[in-house]
Amino acid sequence: MQKSFDVKKFMSNNAIILLILLLSALTGFTTKNFITWTNFGNLVVNVSPRFIIACGVSGCLITKGTDLSAGRAVGLAACLSAMMLQSIDYAARMFPWMPDIPWPIALLITMVIMGAFGAINGVVISILKVPPFIATLGMQTIIYGLCSLITNNQPMGGYKKSYLTIASGSIGPIPYLMIFAAVVGAYFWFLYNKTRHGKYMYAIGGNENAAQVAGVNVQASLIRIYILAGCMYALAGFLVGAKAGGASTATGMGYELEAIAACTIGGVSANGGVGKVGGILIGVLVFEILKICLQFLRVDPAYTYIAQGLVIVIAVALDLRKYLQKK
Amino acid sequence: MEGGSKVSEYRLEMHDVVKTFPGVKALDGAQLKLRPGTVHALMGENGAGKSTLMKCMFGIYHMDEGEVLYEGEKVQIKGPLDALNRGIAMVHQELQPIPERSIGENIYVGRYPTKKAGPLTLIDHEKMYEDAAKVLEEVHLNFEPKAKLGSLSVSQMQLVEIAKAVSADCKVLILDEPTSSLTAAEVEALFTIIGELREKGVSIVYISHKMDEILRISDEVTIMRDGQYIGTWASKDLTTDFIITKMVGRALSELYPARGNTPGEVVFEVEDFTSINPKSFRHVSFQLKKGEILGVAGLVGAQRTELMEGLFGLRAHTAGRIKYKGKELKVNQPRDAINNRIAMLTEDRRATGILGVLSIADNVSIASLDQYLIGGVMLDDAKIENLVQENVAKLSIKTPSSKTQIQSLSGGNQQKVLISRWLANNPDIFIMDEPTRGIDVGAKYEIYCIIAEMAKQGKSIIMISSEMSELIGMSDRIMVMCDGRVTGIIDGKEANQENIMTLATQFE
Repeated sequence: MQKSFDVKKFMSNNAIILLILLLSALTGFTTKNFITWTNFGNLVVNVSPRFIIACGVSGCLITKGTDLSAGRAVGLAACLSAMMLQSIDYAARMFPWMPDIPWPIALLITMVIMGAFGAINGVVISILKVPPFIATLGMQTIIYGLCSLITNNQPMGGYKKSYLTIASGSIGPIPYLMIFAAVVGAYFWFLYNKTRHGKYMYAIGGNENAAQVAGVNVQASLIRIYILAGCMYALAGFLVGAKAGGASTATGMGYELEAIAACTIGGVSANGGVGKVGGILIGVLVFEILKICLQFLRVDPAYTYIAQGLVIVIAVALDLRKYLQKK
Repeated sequence: MEGGSKVSEYRLEMHDVVKTFPGVKALDGAQLKLRPGTVHALMGENGAGKSTLMKCMFGIYHMDEGEVLYEGEKVQIKGPLDALNRGIAMVHQELQPIPERSIGENIYVGRYPTKKAGPLTLIDHEKMYEDAAKVLEEVHLNFEPKAKLGSLSVSQMQLVEIAKAVSADCKVLILDEPTSSLTAAEVEALFTIIGELREKGVSIVYISHKMDEILRISDEVTIMRDGQYIGTWASKDLTTDFIITKMVGRALSELYPARGNTPGEVVFEVEDFTSINPKSFRHVSFQLKKGEILGVAGLVGAQRTELMEGLFGLRAHTAGRIKYKGKELKVNQPRDAINNRIAMLTEDRRATGILGVLSIADNVSIASLDQYLIGGVMLDDAKIENLVQENVAKLSIKTPSSKTQIQSLSGGNQQKVLISRWLANNPDIFIMDEPTRGIDVGAKYEIYCIIAEMAKQGKSIIMISSEMSELIGMSDRIMVMCDGRVTGIIDGKEANQENIMTLATQFE
């Protein structure tokens, strides 16, 4: 009964991925230094935090929601980490009274705070029934406002060495950042495939009403998903800050769209109920490769934004095509 | 035989219509020929494809194969608006009212009369309400066209829907179960209107399950089964038995399996159960015995589904008690019921049953995942696979593998998967809301066997059904509801179409 491999279908289902692979081949042949270890290293380092954000947002997407506050949440997390991890002898410390906090504690505190924001998102969406698009759009603005308030709109730097090492260090050839991403990836794979939480998440995305009839605690599941998402933005923000060596209110801007686009390219359906961790990784890689290609081809950043926006819309349109039923 | 240029004796013909939905072939060679000035009954069981065929005629669905001849000419109906412009109107089984707008606006929505005001085209409200008043008068309805539609009762809205179809000055009028929510007097009024339209030369397609209605008002009957055309007969030559045999495709005596269950002591007792919605179920009391099949009958709008959803925790109630195995049971959400080994198969499989894009395995296991944990955290995939294979074999579910998406299965197999989902929890009480809706005849019989087997094992079953013969053939007792109240409980052996209908139409 197995149907023969349908080339046309494969092409249309993976159109974006194929196009971008083609683009990278083109870039590889026409520019110098594209296919190099250094560039690959850069790719890995860039992909790691974005993969973590995408994992976080994937749960929202699989349950037919979204999280537009992701980018600003990453920014706030970066700023929170920055406040706690400025070097003790740095002259321009934002809070001179702040004690010397070890980075794992700072990370934990950041995760708790961002998890709380996620919980608010979850409650607003699942209990107050505000559409996720609106709820998280509101949260996006609120978080940005809070971030401006607590940072006084001042960029922060002067991190202590142990924090900076997280972004620059490696075990042999493997950067710490990649290890963080790998652990997160493994955790999400286990969560999505081997636990009740994962099954309930797919069930809610597949048919929320049916899931409720089957006894799934839809509200609790959704709140858990948004809390976890918040924690992932915290981790990602912490890493992004370390990588940049500084943080400001502008950190993380637009990351939510990149993450949503990466998920969609990687097969997380905007129609809900579908999405795999492996696919998300591919999506993030492909989207990052697109950005690097455009950089190497010396495309004006303005056009890069346009290209990224187009890719997002096209990816969703292609995805929805699969589910459109012919009347 | 018929030349292309010859004027056809039929107003509208549909030939060899094929329409496929994911997992189901809804129409497979359907046919219909309508003469002008006749009432043509379209009959078949639920899921036979009657509504689908009509939606193809009305342009809501596009057929995969087949042709439509309208007044002898081959046409393609592109959509409802196109159909209306050609003079084809339809009153849907499920109403599509806009309760917050006026009756007049509901009648003319999408085709408002307009007037010119300089460069602008505006809606001519004056004309609209005048016309609406005329149309309402034509169908003997005494409603103020400016009143909100929502101020009417469901059956009155249905009559407005018919007025809407009449206002389109149609040549073909499709009535899909128009009497399902009407009172006896309203049915008579409707029949008068139908008679007048027939006199004017309108071709009327009349879909109904009620044999007496069909035999009374139709001129011709076309019977469908499993999406196929079975035949067309003149109504005067038909008997109820003949129609049922043709609809079902086998003799009546073989429709239902022998039941070996013996109802025992009372396990589930409902007292004075009342919805928070005053128009819904109220003061409902009944008892359910161990190993009993309790049928629930009623017209559309009798609030049977709402009552069961209330008992299962999907809807809120203000008053009433549930006594279960001697103890009082509080149900505020489905989990409360499920934890007490109560299961519910919902009426609308697609909306509240299947998790469409998920696998058979996920669909079967979702309500019982707590049973397959290793160390309280990790799911035991092997155990789940065992459960699925067991059920696939036991209920003979036809699927390529346990990883197949449920939405690609046929309706009957989807239903069996959902039954497996609940059987995995080993329920003591199984509420089944229209368990055989939209399922082909063969699979129906299998579902009846499953129900009979469950009852034999001592499980108690509540079965809502809109098919009289199914209720009579399967139930130990039949509870009849009308307008939110229980109007009577009849012993299965004494139940017949008449005494059920009498109770089902006992309006206050």
